[in-house]
Amino acid sequence: MKQWWKSGSPWIWLNGGAVSISIIMVFGLLALILVRGFGHFWPHNVVSTTFVQPNGEVMQVIGELRKSETLTAQSLREAGLALPADQVLATRHLFKMGNRDVTGRDFVYMVDNFLGEWTYPKNIAVFERREWGDFYGVPARLLESGQTVAEGDALWADFQRRLDRSNRLFDDIRRIERHDIGNVNFRLERVRLDQRRAELRGTLTPEMEREFAARRQALDQEYAAIQDRLNALLADVRRDAIVMQVADGREVTIGLDRIVNAWQPNNMSAVSKVGFYIKSFGDFIFGYPREANTEGGIFPAIFGTVVMVLVMSIIVTPFVVLAAIYLREYAKQGPVLKAVRISVYNLAGVPSIVFGVFGLGFFVYVLGGAIDSTFYPEALPAPTFGTPGLFWASLTLALLTLPVVIVSTEEGLARIPSTIRMGSLALGATKGETLWKVVVPLATPAMMTGLILAIARAAGEVAPLMLVGVVKLAPTLPIDGNFPFIHLERKIMHLGFHIYDVGFQSPHAEAAEALVYATALILVLLIVALNLSAIMIRNRLREKYRAEGD
Amino acid sequence: MNQMANPETVKPVRSMNAGLFDGQEREFLAIEDEEIAITVESLDLYYGNSQALKKVNMLIPKKRVTAFIGPSGCGKSTLLRCFNRMNDLVDGCRVEGSINLHGENIFAKGVDVAELRRRIGMVFQKPNPFPKSIYENVAYGLRLQGVKDKAVLDEVVERSLKNVALWTEVKDRLDTNALGLSGGQQQRLVIARAIAIEPEVLLLDEPTSALDPISTSKIEELVEELKNQYTVIIVTHTMQQAARISDFTAYMYLGELIEFDDTKKLFVSPANQATEDYITGRYG
Repeated sequence: MKQWWKSGSPWIWLNGGAVSISIIMVFGLLALILVRGFGHFWPHNVVSTTFVQPNGEVMQVIGELRKSETLTAQSLREAGLALPADQVLATRHLFKMGNRDVTGRDFVYMVDNFLGEWTYPKNIAVFERREWGDFYGVPARLLESGQTVAEGDALWADFQRRLDRSNRLFDDIRRIERHDIGNVNFRLERVRLDQRRAELRGTLTPEMEREFAARRQALDQEYAAIQDRLNALLADVRRDAIVMQVADGREVTIGLDRIVNAWQPNNMSAVSKVGFYIKSFGDFIFGYPREANTEGGIFPAIFGTVVMVLVMSIIVTPFVVLAAIYLREYAKQGPVLKAVRISVYNLAGVPSIVFGVFGLGFFVYVLGGAIDSTFYPEALPAPTFGTPGLFWASLTLALLTLPVVIVSTEEGLARIPSTIRMGSLALGATKGETLWKVVVPLATPAMMTGLILAIARAAGEVAPLMLVGVVKLAPTLPIDGNFPFIHLERKIMHLGFHIYDVGFQSPHAEAAEALVYATALILVLLIVALNLSAIMIRNRLREKYRAEGD
Repeated sequence: MNQMANPETVKPVRSMNAGLFDGQEREFLAIEDEEIAITVESLDLYYGNSQALKKVNMLIPKKRVTAFIGPSGCGKSTLLRCFNRMNDLVDGCRVEGSINLHGENIFAKGVDVAELRRRIGMVFQKPNPFPKSIYENVAYGLRLQGVKDKAVLDEVVERSLKNVALWTEVKDRLDTNALGLSGGQQQRLVIARAIAIEPEVLLLDEPTSALDPISTSKIEELVEELKNQYTVIIVTHTMQQAARISDFTAYMYLGELIEFDDTKKLFVSPANQATEDYITGRYG
C-alpha cells in the first residue's frame, strides 16, 4: 500500500478522475439539453381514455402523455385520493390536454388507478393555434361561410387545403402589417420629425408647412389603401372554420385563421412524423414568438443575439488593437503602466451586472441623453439613443469583454519574435510602419483567440443586457429595409433573456419548460457556430501569418 | 589570456594560418590606399553603466569586405549595430564619439534614422523573413518608400533575387510564404530584401551561424559578389570565414579594437600579441 502510494499512481487516478467528472458533467448537460430540447417538436401520439374523478363522475380524456412518475401510495392517500390500503406505489401521469379556452386547464395529473383503457384513435387532431395554446379534438364538420362543405373521411384532406390557403393569406397579412404598414409609419414619423426640426430651428415657413401637410396626406392615403387591402384579406381569411368535438362531447367551432398548424399524430407514419418534426423545428427557428413568447418561434431572439455580438466585435476590435499596441509598444514600462494593466485585467473580474448598471447610468442616460439633445432634438421628449438599445448593449458588452481581448492581443504582440521587428526596422521602416505592416498582422490570430472568448461570453450574458437594451418582445428587428437599415437605437431580443423570460416569467410554466430547453439548445448551438466561424478565421490567419514558434 | 607567447612556438603556427590563404595570391592591401566609406572616431558605447565599446577608431573601406572577429561579448556586434543605429532600440544605450558615413555624422541631431537604415542595410544572425510571400518580402523596402508601380517592383524583385542566386529556385513560387523556404534560402532572401533598396553599406551579423555548410558556402560566394557593388561589413565567429571572404579584418576584445589590418596580414603576421593569441587558438 505504501509502495502504491509512493509510486505516484494515486495522483494519476486523482487527476484522471477530475477530468472524467468534468467531461461527464459537460456531456451530461449537453445531453439533457439535447434530449429535452429536441424532444419538444416531436408529434407525440394522443391518448384517449377515461378518468374517474374523485366525485365519482367519469370524464373522457384526450391528451398527450407528458411524463409519468411513481409515488408512494401513502402520500397520495394523504392528499385525499381513495387508493386501496394495501397499495404501496402508485403511478401518476401528466397529460397535456390543451383546449385552455374550453376547459381552463391544459395540464392535468391523473393517477393510474382511476384511468380507463388507453386508446389512440386515428382521427384525433391537434391544432397549434395562434392563441390559447394547442387544441385537441375530433374533426366533425368543415364550414365555409357558415355552410358545411365537408364531413367524414373527405374532411381532413379538404381541411388541409383550406388551412394552407388561410395560412398563406395570414402570411400576407403579417407581411403587410410588418412591412408595408411599418414602412408607412416610419415615413410618417420622419415627416413629423422633419417638421419638428424645422420648427425648432425656426425655419418653418408656411410653404414648408403646406409641403409637410401634403406629404402627410399622401402617406395617409397610402395607409388607407393598405388598410383596405388588409381588411379584405382579414375578411377572406375568416371565411373557413372547422367544427371540432372535444373530449367531453361538446362541439367547438374554430376559425381556420386561428390555426397555425394541424396534424393527426395517431395517423402519421414515422416518416411523416420526421418530416413534421423538421418542419416544426424550422418554424421554431425562423418564426416569430406568440402568446407572451411561450409559443411560436425565436427568430427575433436569434437575430438580436447575433447582431448584438457582431456589433460588439466591431466595437471591441479597434479599441483593443489600439489599447494593446499602446500598452505593449509605446507606453513606458513602469509602475504607472503596471497599475493601468492590473486595472484593465481586473475589469474582467467585475460582476457583469455592475457593467449593466454602468451602461444604463453612463452610456444610456448620459451619453445617449447628450446624443439625443444634440442630434435628435426634434424627437424629444421621446428618446432616440437616450433609452436602452442595441448599440448600448453592444457597447456595454464590449467594455465587459475588453480585458480578455486586450490580454490575449498583448500576449500575441509579445510573442512576435524581435528579429522580425528588427528586420523591418533595418529596412528603413519607422516603428509605426513596422507595427502596422508586420507586427499587428502577425498578432491577429492571438486577437481572434481573445475575440472568440469574448463572443462566447457576450452571447451568453444576460444580467447586464436586461438593463441596457434587451426586452421581452421587440416589435421590430434591428436590421430592416428602412433607411439606414441598421437601427442601432432599437431594442432587441436575446436568447439568454428569452430563456429567463419564457421559463420564469411566463404564465404557462408547463408549456414553457420544453421551450426553455429548446431555446437553450439553440443558444448553445449559436455560440458554437459563432465560435467555429471565429476559429476558422483565426486558423486562416494563422496559416497566412505562420510565424516561427507558432 | 595575456600570457606571453613562447617565441619558439610562434613560427609554425603562423605557417598554419597561412594555409588559410592557399590559392589567394595577392598583395597586402593598405587602408591608406582605400576609398573610405565609414569613419569611426573615438566611439564609446554604454549599456546603462557598463561600457561596451571603448574609444574605437576605425576606417571602413568602400566596396571591400571588412570582417569583425573576436570572442563572444567583445562588442563586435554592438559596433556593427552602431552603423545603422539599431542600438537606439536598446533601453539605456548611450553613445559618445562619432561615426561618419561619407562625411556625415550619423549621430548628429536631425538625422532621419529610417533614412539612414535605408542607406545601410542589415542582415541578422537568424534568417528573419516576414511571414509574407517571397515577393512581398523583397518588395517590402520599396513599398515602404511608396513605390506602387508593379513593373518597377517586378523588376527589382527579379534583379535582387538574381543577385542572391535565388531566382531560379523560387521564380515559380513567388507568391508562396517565405517561411516555407529552407534556412539557407531564407538567409539569401533576407539579403535580397536588403539589397532591393540599394543600400550603400551592407551589415552582416554572423549571417551563416544558423546555417549548414552548403548554405554557408553559398552565402560566402554571394558576399564575394556583393563587394563589387556594396561596402560589406561582416561579423563572424569563425576565423576561417573571415580569412576566406574578407579583405580587411578587425580583431576586437572587451570593447576595444585591438588590431585592424589587411586580413591576410592580420592572420599571418599579426602586429599585436593579443591578436596572435586569439587567432592561434591560445586565447583564454
